[in-house]
Amino acid sequence: MQELNENRPSLWHKLFGDPIRTFGIVSVILLLSLAIAPAKNHFSEWRHYQKSYLSMIRGRGEAITLQRHFQGGIQQIWHPELGVVDRCTTCHVGLTEASLSDVTQQPFRRHPVIPHNLEQYGCVMCHRGQGVATTVEEAHSSTLAWEQPLLPARYIESSCGQCHRAPLTGTPQLNEGRRLLASSGCVHCHTIKLPEGGTLKATDDPPSLLHIADKTTREWIFAWLKDPQAYAISARMPNFKLSDDDARDISAFLVFSSVPLSGDTLALSQKAAPDPSAGPSLYGESFCATCHAVQNAAGNLVGGNIGPELTRIGNKAKPGWLAAWISNPRVYDPGTAMPHYRFSEQQVSTLAGFLQTKADSDFLANVHLDPATPEQIAHGKLLVTEYGCASCHEISGIKKPENFAPELTRIGSKPISQLIFVAGMRHTLPDYIGGKLRQPRAFAPGLKMPQYSLTSAQIDALTTALLALNDRSQTLPATLTVPNVADSTYRPAGKAGQLMNDLACFSCHRINGRGSDLAPDVTWEGSSVQRTWLEDFLRNPNTLRPALIRRMPKFNLKPDEITTLTDYIMTVYQTPAFDRDSMPNSGYAASDIEHGKQLFYSKYACQSCHIIDPKADKGYIGPTLTQVGSRLNAAWIYNWLKNPQALRPGTIEPNRNMPDEDARAMTAFLASQKGSTKQEAKR
Amino acid sequence: MRRAMPFGLLCLSVMSSGCARKAASAPPPTAYGSAIVEVSGGKQSAPVGARLEQPVVVQVNDDQGNAVAGALVSFHGLNGVEFDPPAGPTDSSGQFTTNVSLGGMAGRYQIIASTLTKSQKQATVEIEEIALDYQEVLGRELSEQYCSRCHNPESTPERVSNYDNLEVKPHPFAEGETLNKMSDADLAAIVSHGGPALNKSPLMPPYGYTLSTPDVQALIAYIRMISDPPYQVSGTYSKK
Repeated sequence: MQELNENRPSLWHKLFGDPIRTFGIVSVILLLSLAIAPAKNHFSEWRHYQKSYLSMIRGRGEAITLQRHFQGGIQQIWHPELGVVDRCTTCHVGLTEASLSDVTQQPFRRHPVIPHNLEQYGCVMCHRGQGVATTVEEAHSSTLAWEQPLLPARYIESSCGQCHRAPLTGTPQLNEGRRLLASSGCVHCHTIKLPEGGTLKATDDPPSLLHIADKTTREWIFAWLKDPQAYAISARMPNFKLSDDDARDISAFLVFSSVPLSGDTLALSQKAAPDPSAGPSLYGESFCATCHAVQNAAGNLVGGNIGPELTRIGNKAKPGWLAAWISNPRVYDPGTAMPHYRFSEQQVSTLAGFLQTKADSDFLANVHLDPATPEQIAHGKLLVTEYGCASCHEISGIKKPENFAPELTRIGSKPISQLIFVAGMRHTLPDYIGGKLRQPRAFAPGLKMPQYSLTSAQIDALTTALLALNDRSQTLPATLTVPNVADSTYRPAGKAGQLMNDLACFSCHRINGRGSDLAPDVTWEGSSVQRTWLEDFLRNPNTLRPALIRRMPKFNLKPDEITTLTDYIMTVYQTPAFDRDSMPNSGYAASDIEHGKQLFYSKYACQSCHIIDPKADKGYIGPTLTQVGSRLNAAWIYNWLKNPQALRPGTIEPNRNMPDEDARAMTAFLASQKGSTKQEAKR
Repeated sequence: MRRAMPFGLLCLSVMSSGCARKAASAPPPTAYGSAIVEVSGGKQSAPVGARLEQPVVVQVNDDQGNAVAGALVSFHGLNGVEFDPPAGPTDSSGQFTTNVSLGGMAGRYQIIASTLTKSQKQATVEIEEIALDYQEVLGRELSEQYCSRCHNPESTPERVSNYDNLEVKPHPFAEGETLNKMSDADLAAIVSHGGPALNKSPLMPPYGYTLSTPDVQALIAYIRMISDPPYQVSGTYSKK
């Protein structure tokens, strides 16, 4: 300063030499610094967007309406009960303008149509991000002060899941993710507490290993542990990436700890030699493919996924065990989804022999295990405990571990600062979750989570379901949520109930809210069908729908079993909505029948989905109606025509809002369709 | 404090913030073709941001139309389209396969596959894909449940089509030539009240007592979105 004054004394003096001038200069500096705030405000991003919005709408036909809707300045949506403070609508000005549906330029696009009023919930409820921010960067990205960036559109359905705990038609990805979460084994190790109380229950049922040595060999266990998908491409068990030694020791322990079970191996008598030519047809007739898949020559799986894949079952199952299983699976596993077919000894032998041929001679060719040493068995037990095998499987001598893996109840709100990312990964929560599902062991050495063989679509679906498990979903007021309907624990009573359990009816049918949706819901079957038809059907099931490939198997029931089942169904499974005997099943006037026929073919054109005359009609969607008069009660037909969804929710037959007299005439026509005279004569 | 950005740049950055990641460094091509064609995977629809169900496959051909192996193909798309992988050489049958995820906004997406020709020019092919918003996804799900058995002529073992059984053939939902000429109100009338509502076949039953009004609107939104040629809203939004 000294130097400056010496060199240019005049400048300092010019500016501050005179007190008045000093005052003036300081005032100007003060004024300028005061102007920074309003200037920043004036040149703010959101003002720019509002200006360009106004200039955009100026050229449009409906400019006056849009102008009237427009409100300048910072806009805010505030919902304290939801924790929502959103200023997004400051820049996203045209969100609710239906007429802007042709605009593709952001931030002025109209919001897609959703079932909610945008104002009612705000934006961050679904999109995440920082709602209070008024700059593009801060609102959309994660910053030092705000961890949650915008949720990528790929996972947007997770936001629906915060409130909607039951499946929604419009969120297929979320529904699939939740299904996978419950059925892929995740919840055997990870606890997921539900906001409505309780925990998410697994829907899969990994087999008990208590008697594993009766069922299969140590060599097969070894090969399976090494790579489950090499045995069956559809195998649900993940790959634990075990070393040869570890797989050897675990197999040694499992075989060592297995307890023999009486009755789970069957020595077939010499008389019942398998009949190789009858094997495939018996497999087909029994509709094994309804539940079990087999890989065909092209490598595609053909068949259902309720039971395990049988492509190489001959490599796995010991012959005596397989025969016992086919004969009565409930001896080995009382809770199995497999029905107890009443096969003759000859049939058991034939089917077991046929399945034994489904083998790959190379599969176990390279597996040679020396007899297990006590050290190996002890090490195997240690590994079984460490990997948490007992989380899924019942194993003799090992307790099911509690909280084996981290709880996932609020995984969707996990702070990014607590996550460890793999190099090259985007630092966002969805990327972390997806990465964990894709390659769980890549995150650190020594992690135990096994490698799943999930497709990319499945990983996206699971990530979506997991993101829905967040702080908000746990803390929302109950009035705002749509709870899931808990699975019914319905159990039919008595002798018939035991029989239905033995035949595993619930593996395909749904009754009173319990069971699968593979086959029709039979909750009101007693009101629906006629007794003689039901007896015939249970004796010899035939398909009602021409285009169906998965069918009801023939269980070879004894006459008294059929009577027990029929009695129970006809008595208990009746709807309170109407009396099944309120209309006669025959004796309708010919004129009514003729009128009904005309209505059937002309006014209501039922032949587009149903077949009455097999020569002329072709409809493939609904059941064939050639014998409907022998199958259904007239009162059921009438009430079904009046409102199909009332009797079977979700059925695709539309409600025709049919006048009573039309429904009566159609009932007369349909009730007169008694089927072939041969059947009549038989009766 | 955030750095202030010039307004123009800001605009651009918002528009292109989700721009496709540039082709990763791929090995140099070992062969060159002269044309690139779509093999499969075009005209699919998927929810916004989701992966398309089927991969997109393109093929590089030479002057004679024979497939060229080892030619470098790269994919480009705007507005957040992602490719996995974004670039690579064609396989032994001259084809290159990539999985496509569409961007976060509903609508039609043009993706471009290109390959370098011998004369260092780009041969390109444009492929169209469709991203569905919530309403359209709902429409698609409802259509799968209630409509496609008759309206989709394709049969699979799991779901046999009823199309061939019908005397009067239903219109597949992508059939824009017919459906684009019908107004939303007419479509809603047919779905809700059946074919006879517009003097059409009674083989089309009414769904107005089964589906809710928003469901019917969702179906129409879906039909409009997948229409080929695209459905143009006419008259409503014209300038003064």
